[in-house]
Amino acid sequence: MAQIFHRSTNFIARFSVFSFIFIMGFAVLAVLEAARSPYMTRQNITREQPVQFSHKHHVGDDGIDCRYCHTTVEISAVAGIPPTKTCMNCHSVLFSNAGYLDPVRESYRTDTSIKWVKVHRLADFVYFNHSIHVNKGVGCTTCHGPIDQMPLVFQASTLLMQWCVDCHRNPAPNLRPMDKVFAMDWQPGADQEELGQQFMKEREIRTAAELTSCSTCHR
Amino acid sequence: MSAGQPPLDSPETRRLTPVLGPGHTFGSVTDKISSIVLTRPTSFGWYMGFLIAFGLTGLLTIAIAWLFTKGTGIWGINIPIGWGFAIVNFVWWIGIGHAGTLISAILFLLNQKWRTSINRFAEAMTLFAVACAGIFPLIHTGRPWMAFYMFPYPSTMGVWPQFRSPLIWDVFAVSTYGTVSLIFWFVGLIPDLATLRDHAVKKPAQIIYGMLSMGWRGSARHWHRYQSAYLLLAGLATPLVLSVHTVVSFDFAIAIVPGWHTTIFPPYFVAGAIYSGFAMVLTIAIPLRKAYGLEDFITMRHLDNMAKVMLATGLIVAYGYFFEMFLSLYSGNKFDVFLVEQRLHGPYAPFYYALILCNILLPQTLWSHTLRHNVAFLFFMSIVVNVGMWLERFVIVVISLTRDFVPSAWGRYWPTFWDWATFIGTIGMFVTLLFLFVRVLPAISIAEMRELVAETSEDKK
Repeated sequence: MAQIFHRSTNFIARFSVFSFIFIMGFAVLAVLEAARSPYMTRQNITREQPVQFSHKHHVGDDGIDCRYCHTTVEISAVAGIPPTKTCMNCHSVLFSNAGYLDPVRESYRTDTSIKWVKVHRLADFVYFNHSIHVNKGVGCTTCHGPIDQMPLVFQASTLLMQWCVDCHRNPAPNLRPMDKVFAMDWQPGADQEELGQQFMKEREIRTAAELTSCSTCHR
Repeated sequence: MSAGQPPLDSPETRRLTPVLGPGHTFGSVTDKISSIVLTRPTSFGWYMGFLIAFGLTGLLTIAIAWLFTKGTGIWGINIPIGWGFAIVNFVWWIGIGHAGTLISAILFLLNQKWRTSINRFAEAMTLFAVACAGIFPLIHTGRPWMAFYMFPYPSTMGVWPQFRSPLIWDVFAVSTYGTVSLIFWFVGLIPDLATLRDHAVKKPAQIIYGMLSMGWRGSARHWHRYQSAYLLLAGLATPLVLSVHTVVSFDFAIAIVPGWHTTIFPPYFVAGAIYSGFAMVLTIAIPLRKAYGLEDFITMRHLDNMAKVMLATGLIVAYGYFFEMFLSLYSGNKFDVFLVEQRLHGPYAPFYYALILCNILLPQTLWSHTLRHNVAFLFFMSIVVNVGMWLERFVIVVISLTRDFVPSAWGRYWPTFWDWATFIGTIGMFVTLLFLFVRVLPAISIAEMRELVAETSEDKK
């Protein structure tokens, strides 16, 4: 009787057994990696806005303080997007004929809001509070990246829960002096480790267990 | 043979003989079993049975699709009774699976020769029962697409499962149990798949069985390693049988609900699992030997032994019922005493009495040698025990939940059409898989039957 399997199937058999482990391993790694990829988190992708508003120009070139527009960031859970009136404080006279400001003037004239596209979108079951972070000395750029260099805003952080929890377990490396919270150019110095611990005590920042209990965010 | 060989009429010889009909050789055993798969034409009965079972599997698919569309509210569960048919059926199916592993692993370790001709389909029964059981923990969750959160993997949320919950232990217990059972079953199949490969006439069958048998040549070296591996797997599977159903019993015993919080649950659940499992093995074995003329292999001795195991485990279960009730009364705790009253006089009392009838009273007939040798009666009893063990889980899950600590939270649970459709659907799926198994794989281990032939004939020399 003829042999059922040709000699060449020896190789196929060995290769399939050997490669199975690698294929499965890579498949698992690929799934885990894909979940963290910018494709899933939408990190580093600029979004088209109704008005081509440039933070780079207003913050980087003109030196406007963050709180001029995002007025409620120190007192409210929501940092707030400035209303059309804030734009018109200057643009009623500045570049008052510029074409790319048409939507702003249109909004002002017709009393309808500009439909800004939200870049940092958290799920509704996460109750993020801006004021507590700002008041405990977490700076804007720690989470939002170098806003002063962004012509159009993109999401600099992953916004994955893992990312939130990492800092809540160990906030010290990200704490700044209170007068540097809105500074765009702050970088941690060599003494950050020491300073961070000092800030933790001074500002009575709670323990990791308290900061990472479910009700901190998922209320 | 050596001087240690038992004489002709030794109890050892007599014990072995009835496990196999007289006059069988290696060839006749092989032909008989492999012909079911290879040469016998597929019968009309097989097609009809398969079609009916497959239709019920379709019902399962519809029930699950509707469940995923509308949510768990299509079932009869409510706020006091959050666990209904899904958990009752889960525990029932898992319990059924346990006899397969008991037969293949524990009886192997105890060197019981009569396991040989029933272990293969008992293991298949385990696998299919675990497959049916495994559906329920997934679909009884409100958001089944999130079920993967129950596995410990490095998630993007930086959170892990709660390892103190017995429901998480269930995930590990059932997935390990399923995997080990599958490997154990497959290892046992390898020499038989090689036999089928060598007996197959058509090229596709040769290739399929050839690939599945993975180049088994049956050399002494193969057999030596095979037997070590089989023994090790049997040793691994044995603690699994005990622990898996223990973990399932923890789902209840960990809770504070009266009727659930009982330390007797782990051993009593395991005994119940083996009880219902053996009942299911009988339910399958009796039609199987009839349909395929396997009376020489699955002899009266097998049925008799299985009935005895059923009787023994049934008595352990009866002990469990008695002591559960005794300790509830002995505790003096008013909630525990009330639970006893609920079982005896509450709205679900008929279920409890039916349970006592099916699991304790009727199986006492198995003490009789005559009745144990009446195949039709055994078949009837196996069905009775299956029903009884289903009622046991219903009583434990539902009665305890309907009336617990706070009277304002008393409720009722009655299954809806979709509860029944899911349950009957899993029965359909189980039978479908069994039909496929009987058709394409040897239902009895050929290699081990040949060993049995060798042992019985050597004894007679």
